[in-house]
Amino acid sequence: MRINCPYCGERSIEEFTYRGDASVQRPSGDADLEAFFRYVYVRANPKGRIAEHWHHSGGCHAWLVVERDTLSHEIFSVRAAREPSGGGERGGGA
Amino acid sequence: MKYSVFSLVRQAMKGHADWPRVWRMAKPRPAYDIVIVGGGGHGLATAYYLAKVHGLKRIAVLEKSWLGSGNIGRNTTIVRANYLLEGNEPFYEFSLKLWEGLSQELDYNVMFSPRGVINLYHSDAQRDTFVRRGNAMLLHGSDAVLLDPDGVRHYAPMIDMENGRFPVHGGLLQPRAGTARHDAVAWGFARGADSLGVDLIQNCEVTGLSIRNGRVEGLETSLGHIGAEKVGLAVAGNTSDLARMADLDLPIESHVLQAFVTEGLKPFLDTVVTYGMGHFYISQSDKGGLVFGGDLDGYNSYARRGNLPLVEHVAEIGASMIPRLKRLRILRSWGGIMDMSMDGSPIIDTTRIGGLYLNTGWCYGGFKATPASGWCFAHLIANDTSHDVARGLRLDRFLSGHLIDEAGHGAQPNLH
Repeated sequence: MRINCPYCGERSIEEFTYRGDASVQRPSGDADLEAFFRYVYVRANPKGRIAEHWHHSGGCHAWLVVERDTLSHEIFSVRAAREPSGGGERGGGA
Repeated sequence: MKYSVFSLVRQAMKGHADWPRVWRMAKPRPAYDIVIVGGGGHGLATAYYLAKVHGLKRIAVLEKSWLGSGNIGRNTTIVRANYLLEGNEPFYEFSLKLWEGLSQELDYNVMFSPRGVINLYHSDAQRDTFVRRGNAMLLHGSDAVLLDPDGVRHYAPMIDMENGRFPVHGGLLQPRAGTARHDAVAWGFARGADSLGVDLIQNCEVTGLSIRNGRVEGLETSLGHIGAEKVGLAVAGNTSDLARMADLDLPIESHVLQAFVTEGLKPFLDTVVTYGMGHFYISQSDKGGLVFGGDLDGYNSYARRGNLPLVEHVAEIGASMIPRLKRLRILRSWGGIMDMSMDGSPIIDTTRIGGLYLNTGWCYGGFKATPASGWCFAHLIANDTSHDVARGLRLDRFLSGHLIDEAGHGAQPNLH
């Protein structure tokens, strides 16, 4: 797998560190225990398309959101995590 | 048919042309009392113990491919009970005791070889944590021996003790641990279950679960509807996919783990050794190949193949521990999909759906757990209560905070 970092271009998977599912959102501080339990522990774990956080730890240190297929490992899009979703997407190598 | 020296001689006289099938090729009946999904080690062991220990009938095992085609057929065959925590060690010690009598129990040679497992340590601090873990093992009635450098040299003289960066200070040995023939474990449990009347149905993929009023009624499969009063899921990396059919969200991620085997060698390593400064474990199979593995590839995956950077990483660690590995060629590598739980420990529990039982979260420790997992899952399905040694392996521990986090990595499954 190679990931197309929006800042550095296409780089080998070895430069990146995996964080996990990017779809989970931290609940507000006054949310109940169940909401925090789901945030910390429960994962959809899809067989197919997933959006996930990768850190370019061996490069520019940017946090990225990578859309990828967990069965084929094809990468559909890469964007900086700081950008709102839907904007600034770039294609990535599979 | 009982396997014995007499049956061997009898068949030899007939030119080995008259051996009966090891199990029937069962066709599904319209309904069963209990259906186990997943014809791997854990599923087959569960079916076997349901029939043998609990005397239950009308049991089926559904397997989407062939029996033993999942992780039971793609692992590094290590059997050990060297855990620290209360929720784990009694369970794995129970499993090790079952391993010790498994060939006799099944009348099938699973080639359990208690050749010892040594965890190397490389610093005073690491020795202290290993002493603590060894003492915990002893207190739980298991066995553990602390080795000094000469002790390690005695068991595994090929290890680079004077490694410039990570010199070996000693090791924690569990003498009763070892390896087993992984396929034979699946085949032995399959044969045992079949002879007790369990239907083993291969090439039968589950596509849906029929649930009415919060209770399971049966399964939709590629071979049609099959009624079931109780359904047990033992499907490793596919757990989330099946649980979705019952609207269950689980603390599980699926990750790929690779393993490797080299070309065959003369006897070289007669124990199992794990590195303390990198994730690497190695043993020698009876065919002579060195079997070893390392870390997960590190990202969610349902693909049964791994990436090349990890191959290089594992090979580097191996060569750092045993420099003469550099001269060897890797013959084969393979990947299996692990059901990684959020604390690195398994789950054997009921669910909020009546009659639906869950066996998952084995991370990459599923093989050694096979007999105990089957025993405890059968106990749960038969009695609706957890077995004593599996009492901590509950699904609700993530909500209640009673985690069993052996490595202390937190809710980051790719690090367990």
